[in-house]
Amino acid sequence: MNEMVPPGLILFAAAVLIAITRGPLRNAIVLGAPLLTLWAVWQVPDGVALTTTFLDYPIEPVEGSPVRRLFASVFAIMAFAGGLFAFRHARPLELAAAYAYAGGAIGVSFAGDLITLFLFWELMAIFSTIVVWCGGTEASRAAGIRYAIVHLMGGIILKVGIEGVYIHTGTLDVQAMMATNFDTWMILIGILINAAAPPLSAWLTDAYPESSPTGAVFLSAFTTKTAVLALILLFPGEPVLVWVGLYMVFYGIIYALLENDARRILAYSIVNQVGFMVCAVGIGTQVALNGAAAHAFAHIIYKALLLMSAGVVLTRTGKRKCTDLGGLFRTMPLTCICGIVGALAISSFPLTSGYTTKTLISVAAEEEGLALVWFLLTAASAGVFLHAGIKFPWFVFFQKDSGMRPKDAPWNMAAAMVFFAALCILLGVWPEPIYALLPYPVDFEAYKAGKVVFYLQLLLFSGLAFFLMLPWMKRTLTITLDIDWLYRVMLRRASLAIVDGIGRARERAEAWVTGRLGRLRDRLADLTAGDGALARPWAIGTTALWIAVLLTGYVVIYYV
Amino acid sequence: MTKPPGDDHWLARPATIRRLWLLLIVILAATVAVQLVFPEKGKFGIDGWFGFAAGFGFLACVAMVVFAKGLGVFLKRKDTYYDE
Repeated sequence: MNEMVPPGLILFAAAVLIAITRGPLRNAIVLGAPLLTLWAVWQVPDGVALTTTFLDYPIEPVEGSPVRRLFASVFAIMAFAGGLFAFRHARPLELAAAYAYAGGAIGVSFAGDLITLFLFWELMAIFSTIVVWCGGTEASRAAGIRYAIVHLMGGIILKVGIEGVYIHTGTLDVQAMMATNFDTWMILIGILINAAAPPLSAWLTDAYPESSPTGAVFLSAFTTKTAVLALILLFPGEPVLVWVGLYMVFYGIIYALLENDARRILAYSIVNQVGFMVCAVGIGTQVALNGAAAHAFAHIIYKALLLMSAGVVLTRTGKRKCTDLGGLFRTMPLTCICGIVGALAISSFPLTSGYTTKTLISVAAEEEGLALVWFLLTAASAGVFLHAGIKFPWFVFFQKDSGMRPKDAPWNMAAAMVFFAALCILLGVWPEPIYALLPYPVDFEAYKAGKVVFYLQLLLFSGLAFFLMLPWMKRTLTITLDIDWLYRVMLRRASLAIVDGIGRARERAEAWVTGRLGRLRDRLADLTAGDGALARPWAIGTTALWIAVLLTGYVVIYYV
Repeated sequence: MTKPPGDDHWLARPATIRRLWLLLIVILAATVAVQLVFPEKGKFGIDGWFGFAAGFGFLACVAMVVFAKGLGVFLKRKDTYYDE
């Protein structure tokens, strides 16, 4: 079957059109292209739907399966809501780049071979960097460069792994593997870099908050979640992922607790949430993989909703630090309510999408008898309510009266937020549609009374802890050092020290050579000047004697 | 923190905040009490204890806040740190 157009290409075409059109036509493309893409996603059948060759390699640009369609669908829905949120405010360049970025994510979703996966992976890196740069500030320019360096390096690592796998196994198929040798480890590391796994989690919290109010909404959705899909397809049940995921979960919470920038709090909580998914892929059972996929779907929606809410606040007030914000519920009730819905969903509060999806991951750990993992995930669920569920809305919309009385969201931003808030609640009260799309059959009843009581206790007492410890949560004008300190400060200091050292060594070498040459020149001058050995006139007799000696020596040597 | 004149939003009044605290305490007590009606067996033993989730959630949060505070002592810098 070779007449299939890769659905991702629709968004690439839309990106080009967005860049060259203006006015209502562009708006129609912004809003229509993602819907057309969503339709195309659902035309992809199971199995390989398109084969071709690339540089003499047989490749499969489109391969369908339930989990691939699920991710591609939510990417298309995200592009639509992001487009609706952004189309009146974002620069055309940002919109075009964001659509190409979404197209890349959908391209990865349907990649049947590792070459296609890699190509779309790199396109995502390029276009997401442009989205970061569209922040338009000096900080976003610098953060974009750091972001690009990390992702291009991750791309090289991924490519080394892909080439190794091809050379040693002769296949490029996207299929389940384990990290058992150098090649597969390289692929795993390359993917984990995009998932914001340790030690390189900081690229995310460094770059995303520096993007524009609209750019961050797009950025939150695609890179980390395509990495989760790649892990589901390539490394299901890889044990190391359980611990990588748990580390990410707690890293996100602890750093978010210390953070003052509202958008950076949300960025840390992306790492936290992706940690749940990575952990689930590591558990690797059907329930766990269902949980990872469902959670990714729900997460994209509520995280985008949270960043939309923060984006509206940033657009209206120009501020994003908790210390500058507060009391905005008075004049921004809709943004506040939508932010709270997103915050409840991310905390897996019953009746929200987070509850019906994330609990699948806990159930998977429970079924496998992974007690430590289950207790840590449960503690982390409490921590999510603490660092995102309450902290974000509290410090932005309540806390104190900042004195600001900004207007509520513009109509298109409000519409996008209401759409996503409604989806958060819809999937919370009626999860069956999403369960039906999961890769494996779901035999799970989310709303058992005992389970609901358990989660209500867990979350509400976390809320109590927040308010009792409020003095400890008071925000300060600080940041918290992360691993990126190593390349932003230490590496810089080290390279400056090396450059300095080389400079000084060169100076010393120059001084030594100059001194030596100077002395040699002086000696030569002594020899040739005045009564120096080479300048003295010789007597004829002495000259004749030396000529005779030399000629005799020559004759002797000739005969010998 | 300057309060603009005329700001007496009912949500910001001390009386409302007192009532909200009271409401929170009632809800908290209710979520624990309701476990008597819907007991959760628990898979690992202690997770089935009465009020386990309440205590675990509270203590986990306290532990995380304390840990974060401790880590902050070493890793917190002024937010202009990287600009300098």
